[in-house]
Amino acid sequence: MMLIPCPWCGPRDESEFHYGGQAGVAYPADPGALSDEQWAHYLFFRDNPKGPFRERWSHSAGCRRWFTLTRDTVTNEVTA
Amino acid sequence: MTLRFTFDGRDYQGRNGDTLASALLRNGVHVVSSGIRTGRPRGILTAGVEEPNAIVQIEEPFPEPMLTATTVELFDGLVARGLRGQGRLADRPDPARYDAIHAHCDVLVVGAGPAGLAAAASAAATDARVILVDDQPQPGGSLLGAGELLDWVAETVAGLRAAPEVRVLTRTTAFGYYDDNHVIAVERRTQHLGAAAPAGAIRERIWRIRAKRVVLATGAHERSIAFADNDRPGVMLAGAARTYAVRYGVLPGRRAVVLTTNDSAYAAALDLHTAGVEIAAIADLRSSISASTSPDAAGSEWARRCTERGIEVLPGWAVSAVTGEHRVSAVALRALTDSSSTREIEADLLLVSGGWNPVGALFSQAGGRLTYDPALAAFRPDGGCRQAVSVAGALAGTYTTSGCLSAGVEAGGGAGLITLPVVEEPEAAPPIAVWTLPGAGADAFVDLQRDVSVADLDRATGTGMRSAEHVKRYTTAGTAHDQGKTAGTLTSGVVAELLGVEIGALGTTTFRPPYTPVSFAALAGRDRGMRFDPVRVTALHGRHVARGALFEDVGQWKRPWYYPLDGEDQHAAVLRECRAARENVAMMDASTLGKIDVRGADAGVFLDRLYTNMISTLKPGAIRYGVMCRPDGMVLDDGTVIRLAEDRFLVTTTTGNAALILDWMEEWLQTEWPSLRVRCTSVTEQWATVALVGPGSRDVLAGLAPALDVTRAGFPFMTWRDTTVAGLPARVCRISFSGELAYEINVSWWDAVTLWDELSARGVTPYGTETMHVLRAEKGYPIIGQDTDGTVTPHDLGLGWAVSKKKADFLGLRSFARTDNMRTDRKQLVGLLPVGGELLPEGSHLLDAPELPEPPIRALGHVTSSYHSAALGRTFALALIRNGRALHGQTLWATLDDRLVPVTVAGSVLYDPEGARRDG
Amino acid sequence: MAERSPLADVDLSDTGDRVTLAEVPFLTQLDVRTSPSSSFPEPGTFRTDELDGEATFIWLGPDEWLVVGPPGAQKRLTERLESGRLESVSDTSVVDVSAQRTTLELRGPGALELLALGCSLDLHPRVFGPGRCAQTTLAHTPVILLQRKHCVTTGEPVFWVLVRASFASHLASWLLDASGDLTAGH
Ligand SMILES: [Zn+2]
Repeated sequence: MMLIPCPWCGPRDESEFHYGGQAGVAYPADPGALSDEQWAHYLFFRDNPKGPFRERWSHSAGCRRWFTLTRDTVTNEVTA
Repeated sequence: MTLRFTFDGRDYQGRNGDTLASALLRNGVHVVSSGIRTGRPRGILTAGVEEPNAIVQIEEPFPEPMLTATTVELFDGLVARGLRGQGRLADRPDPARYDAIHAHCDVLVVGAGPAGLAAAASAAATDARVILVDDQPQPGGSLLGAGELLDWVAETVAGLRAAPEVRVLTRTTAFGYYDDNHVIAVERRTQHLGAAAPAGAIRERIWRIRAKRVVLATGAHERSIAFADNDRPGVMLAGAARTYAVRYGVLPGRRAVVLTTNDSAYAAALDLHTAGVEIAAIADLRSSISASTSPDAAGSEWARRCTERGIEVLPGWAVSAVTGEHRVSAVALRALTDSSSTREIEADLLLVSGGWNPVGALFSQAGGRLTYDPALAAFRPDGGCRQAVSVAGALAGTYTTSGCLSAGVEAGGGAGLITLPVVEEPEAAPPIAVWTLPGAGADAFVDLQRDVSVADLDRATGTGMRSAEHVKRYTTAGTAHDQGKTAGTLTSGVVAELLGVEIGALGTTTFRPPYTPVSFAALAGRDRGMRFDPVRVTALHGRHVARGALFEDVGQWKRPWYYPLDGEDQHAAVLRECRAARENVAMMDASTLGKIDVRGADAGVFLDRLYTNMISTLKPGAIRYGVMCRPDGMVLDDGTVIRLAEDRFLVTTTTGNAALILDWMEEWLQTEWPSLRVRCTSVTEQWATVALVGPGSRDVLAGLAPALDVTRAGFPFMTWRDTTVAGLPARVCRISFSGELAYEINVSWWDAVTLWDELSARGVTPYGTETMHVLRAEKGYPIIGQDTDGTVTPHDLGLGWAVSKKKADFLGLRSFARTDNMRTDRKQLVGLLPVGGELLPEGSHLLDAPELPEPPIRALGHVTSSYHSAALGRTFALALIRNGRALHGQTLWATLDDRLVPVTVAGSVLYDPEGARRDG
Repeated sequence: MAERSPLADVDLSDTGDRVTLAEVPFLTQLDVRTSPSSSFPEPGTFRTDELDGEATFIWLGPDEWLVVGPPGAQKRLTERLESGRLESVSDTSVVDVSAQRTTLELRGPGALELLALGCSLDLHPRVFGPGRCAQTTLAHTPVILLQRKHCVTTGEPVFWVLVRASFASHLASWLLDASGDLTAGH
């Protein structure tokens, strides 16, 4: 059971959180201007690195805030 | 105190403090089980948790399979038998209680041997919150087996127990080390009491310990050496025999031969000798050992002490043969360098020490690295761990008591704060690594529980396997429920030898939790039966129970399924409830629908982006049905949107999606649209909701809400009114999920019972979710999650009318234009009428031929909902069918048991397609 | 035509001699969403406010507080919140959620252990003293947990557990079951 550092509530058990996948994948400003391929990239393509990964979490059982952290996908160490 | 017990059908007596193993030895029982593959008789190899051989089944007081006799504490009335392989689970429910508890500390110390006790005392001296766990009935660890420093142990433990911020847990095994210093342990609270355990007491408790820092002082396990017949009863690890003699007062034999690679067996031999065991000879595989008693001669102090007692020490000698099948009767020794020098010694005990393996399982689970240390002839912790963990004592390769004590104090963080006893110990001679003796083959075992021999490992490497993991999986070495505690390093050593590589380069296999077997009952704890998952109920639950409702689980909610009257089955009850709703007046508890208060200046803009429909044009006082999609265009949820005021909406969600949709809203607001001035608040349980349905609903409502204009014109469809119903403040919505004239009456959760009782008193028929499903399916209203599965668009459902063509963007819009979503052969929701009146199972596949074609079979789609309809007088179904709307009127075939039955494709709205009944 | 609290039918007395459990029903509860302001309690804390001397402000999130008051004070507190305390009313919502949750009061020498059986938070007085609050889960149930004070006579902590109405009977049943398993000391 990882401890996830909520910026508001402090470290809490992982089971209090929902995972939000890769961080920084913004909703396109004008989806209508994108080709099918570009849109599919937004919808379905995500990085899957071995090592540090910027990702989103929501403290769903606590303050319900979304935040971003960097987790090492090998060791689960949260570095930022 | 004498304890009576039964083993393999014979009655014996043991003593307080015995394990089953020590009690068996006390009674001269040396054969406990037999090899799972070979059937060879097996005895007791160890005195602890690492035991591979002495596997037993407990029969009384309650059946429990596959325990080790070395860890079962004896109690009066114990009935057990030896096991060959797997045991037997109880055929009756376990009456015992189990639970789990969370604990937090600054320092967790695992292991209460000399290092762990010193670490705990040292940490406690710093005012830290300390938890000390140990798997034995009393703290002391290796000191108990050696009979050393017992006064210091007692004094230290008393001090720890008296400290307010220290918790000492005995009979507690830390079995899992997870992320961020989360260590899981199981405490055995009442097993050792047998039938005398207090009724209702917690038998085992799982401790979920979150520590800022962990000190592992898990000690070391002695290992054997692979030689022919090393599995015979009477072959025992030297340290175990010492423990039986010193701690339990049991002599495991009368005359012993010792085989060793290191000094520790000498200490064992001396203690056993003191206890009355004749030590016939010590064969030390180290040729370098000198047992000279001359004070000037260089040599081993331990060997010298043995020689002084008249014990013969044979440096550079090995075991060449073991005689005796059910018990060792003689041991043959041979000099390593001179094969003509042999001895044949009568003995009933062969004590073996092949070295000591630091117990690195938890350290490895924590992410730490174990590397081979030639000086120790063992794998030991070598850093590499991101967690706040340190190691002390034998785990770190420290084998002197004084070394363990000072390492513990250091690790505890209180150096200088506590005083340690002084221990005089002889200087140690270095051990050597020996994995096999000459001639080791099919009768030389490395894993006694899996019956894996040197010959098996040879076969594995002979097939070309080069990694310890591959050999483990091929031979099963190390995969038994002892997880190879005695076998792991030995296997690596033998494999390295076979391959001609360094053991350090080969490495060990990975350690995974649990360190020792843990019962499922303990892991389940309190989370079983009614408490497996929280049960959510509405304010009306008691009323539903009183009306004899059967319940359906919808997510965590208990919803009334149907309310059978005396003698009614489900079919009859649902038909009656449906008739009441279509022909008279009926009511349903709809309180489980999610309700979200959405307010703020930009609430309309926000909802326009989430829903496929236009929401911002809704007028205060009006209601609109809305559909939400994910960005991929697939339906996420549906419900109604009520405009309470210019800047205020009340949104309903499906029962199962309430939390998900609130999270969904927060996600978009917080991460994509933070500039929108919108606040979302769950009010699911603020309001209780009763749907009042049927042509008679208007009269009932009029009677209860005299201030409300209930006329068609005064209260039109898809509007709401705040009023008083049955004297209660209420919000009434004119919406319908059945096609009938209907109202949803919302009152405070606190007032729900009053409203329900008033409606009941007017003869309104309650109905459950099954009737609700039939009524909505007759109208072709889909249920999100039943008729959809995350691959269905609004257009597929026939909800294209709810997709705005005026909005520049909303979630899902761009995806509707994706090539895949433009396909003409997408599955569409249609009605089905089984020609022969069958009730199709939900999930039935649909084909376009009356016979099954040759595989591969391409189904056209599947049934998503299927019911008997009172209104239609027949069965019907909803189905997702490829290009289904174009198949209207055609015949398809549905799978039903092992046959295909014809069905006619219909529109999805089967009842009152004109919508004439909606306004009563 | 009495209002019924979620635990009106549950006997909470059978908790052994180490804890007591009681429902505090019908409290006024207002969910306030607004921009952070210095006059509201800090993250992880709550405090009873001068507002009528009766309202307790509980931190729920960086822009969310639960204001708890005596039964029947919904209208009065809402008006006072909207008129006085909240500066930017356009960006503020005050929603009556009084019936959304009920409140359980838990006290006694076994209270900490009872909570530890179902809650992963560290509730040790060094960490979670009087005035601390948290949204977390207890017995797999979402709750708002408050360490109210230390009992003046025994010095033991008094906890409030605010639980959603639909979960209340599950939680009460869980607490009753677990209260029978408390150990005498540690
Ligand atoms: Zn948080």
